[in-house]
Amino acid sequence: MSEDRTPGFNTLAIHAGAQPDPTTGARATPIYQTTSFVFDDVDHAASLFGLQAFGNIYTRIGNPTNAVLEERIAALEGGTAGLAVASGHAAQVLVMQALMMPGEEFVASKKLYGGSINQFNHAFKSFGWNVVWADPDDISTFERGISAKTKAIFIESIANPGGVITDIEAVAAIARKAGVPLIVDNTLATPYLCKPIEHGADIVVHSLTKFLGGHGNSIGGLIVDGGTFNWSREGRYPMLSDPRPEYNGIVLHETFGNFAFAIACRVLGLRDIGPALSPFNAFLILTGVETLPLRMQRHCDNAQTVATWLAAQKSVAWVSYPGLPTDRYHNLAKKYVPKGAGAVFTFGLKGGYEAGVKLVSNVKLFSHLANIGDTRSLIIHPASTTHRQLSDAQKVQAGAGPDVVRLSIGLEDPADIIHDLEQALEAA
Amino acid sequence: MLGIMTHDRYDDSYIRGILNTVKTIAMVGASAKDNRPSYFAFKYLAERGYNMIPINPGLGGKELLGRKIYGRLAEVPEPIDMVDIFRASKYALPVVQEALALTPRPRVIWMQLGVRNDEAAALAEANGMKVVMNRCPKIEYGRLSSEIGWIGVNSRTLSSKRAQIFGKGVQRMSLNRATLGGGVAARVVRDDENSG
Repeated sequence: MSEDRTPGFNTLAIHAGAQPDPTTGARATPIYQTTSFVFDDVDHAASLFGLQAFGNIYTRIGNPTNAVLEERIAALEGGTAGLAVASGHAAQVLVMQALMMPGEEFVASKKLYGGSINQFNHAFKSFGWNVVWADPDDISTFERGISAKTKAIFIESIANPGGVITDIEAVAAIARKAGVPLIVDNTLATPYLCKPIEHGADIVVHSLTKFLGGHGNSIGGLIVDGGTFNWSREGRYPMLSDPRPEYNGIVLHETFGNFAFAIACRVLGLRDIGPALSPFNAFLILTGVETLPLRMQRHCDNAQTVATWLAAQKSVAWVSYPGLPTDRYHNLAKKYVPKGAGAVFTFGLKGGYEAGVKLVSNVKLFSHLANIGDTRSLIIHPASTTHRQLSDAQKVQAGAGPDVVRLSIGLEDPADIIHDLEQALEAA
Repeated sequence: MLGIMTHDRYDDSYIRGILNTVKTIAMVGASAKDNRPSYFAFKYLAERGYNMIPINPGLGGKELLGRKIYGRLAEVPEPIDMVDIFRASKYALPVVQEALALTPRPRVIWMQLGVRNDEAAALAEANGMKVVMNRCPKIEYGRLSSEIGWIGVNSRTLSSKRAQIFGKGVQRMSLNRATLGGGVAARVVRDDENSG
């Protein structure tokens, strides 16, 4: 009986969540730069605080500009709801806080962004949330990492910085068997390249700072609820399945159904822990998202060209880009990211650590900095910067050994990107 | 509507048509406890202008938000447009049978999120009633009016037209909004359906 069409990705990237402002008719999403929202009357206030009505109270809990971003990304990922927060790291804190109690465990891929490895090894352990590391190149290690205390599995779809593609469906099968949700950080792929929920993920997290915002101007993070996990089945997730004393004894899963997880992260996590996103950042990120499909395809096309060129250079020992036919992750890339293998990858210099330091010093178009996913091409030598805090063994495990250089390929002309690398390699 | 209703999904126009034309809604299983989902939905729909009538045999004669609670549908002294069933699926059939005995008959049988009874639905449809199953009218109102987007929920609608304010306060929107279908959720819930 379906008459309703489902619009395509390009249409959703522009329109999902946004409509002309009901009071002014403003077509672009306004920046609701306000801390608070007036109540219609005392009863309306009570309904809002009691979660009985939809609406705005205070920007730490929700804001209409941020809400457009939340609905937009949820629609692009094929999820039921979203929650925007101050950073990708904040998104991970709120997700885990909704799932974990002190003394419990989660299994995580050891091929992750170095900042996440630090967060899991140190900050999370101080909360009593204990990480058990698994190897995405040996999927059985995820299953072996599961115990009676396991509450979640965490992976990245394309791992930063090594260009590792994780077999999402294989890990999802392990999560499902264990009765725990699969969390996928989809930052490097974005939903343009990969939609993890379609492959079995239950929760998706993002750093909006990277390709979704795409212009290197705003830090932000986002949680997408896949609407796929039954929180009440075994009662192992009391934040969702038990009466909440913070809210007069309501049960979030029973009340909010298949978007209860996003609500829990908002009304328990964001409300009490507090990493709210500025509406101004949400506006800038939303503007970026409108062109995500165009930018992401160009990022990937440029990266493929640059990676192919680098692989043929004498001073280059190896290139780790899943878009290359010889790459060990090429088959997984064809399955999970068929439109392109992203725009962040690493390569090794025959000259080792010293050559890496010289290369980042000699570039003139590439920017030497710690971010990725900008319109501009970016370069970093992880061993001397982002991954410096890790032990040598952890550096190699994370794909950030001494000879490794990471590139985030921008939207400049590929000939100019290659020219800059060529002159910098010669000078090195 | 063309073709056979499978009740697995509904067009937005079908749901909007129902919510835009019913006025009096009898909620069977309305709870007086203010932390229960039925209380949330009852209060919300009352605030959106519906004439809400609570039905609960255990609370007959008491009041819910200033409205008299009736023990049975047959006790309600005014015409009912829609019966919203907030009971476990197995109790839906007798509720439909009670509704069919009313004069005039309600035009819509609505079963809450998590409630589905195909036999009850078939009986209602055979008697000319419209049926919705496994949906919450509060969530559907919030989705189609765009209010639900304020809490980051994927409304699965798009529109280049201004949303309409309900007319009472600024944080209440009306259903009179022109929409296209939006981005659907990728998967339905795995294992059992979510509770309602």
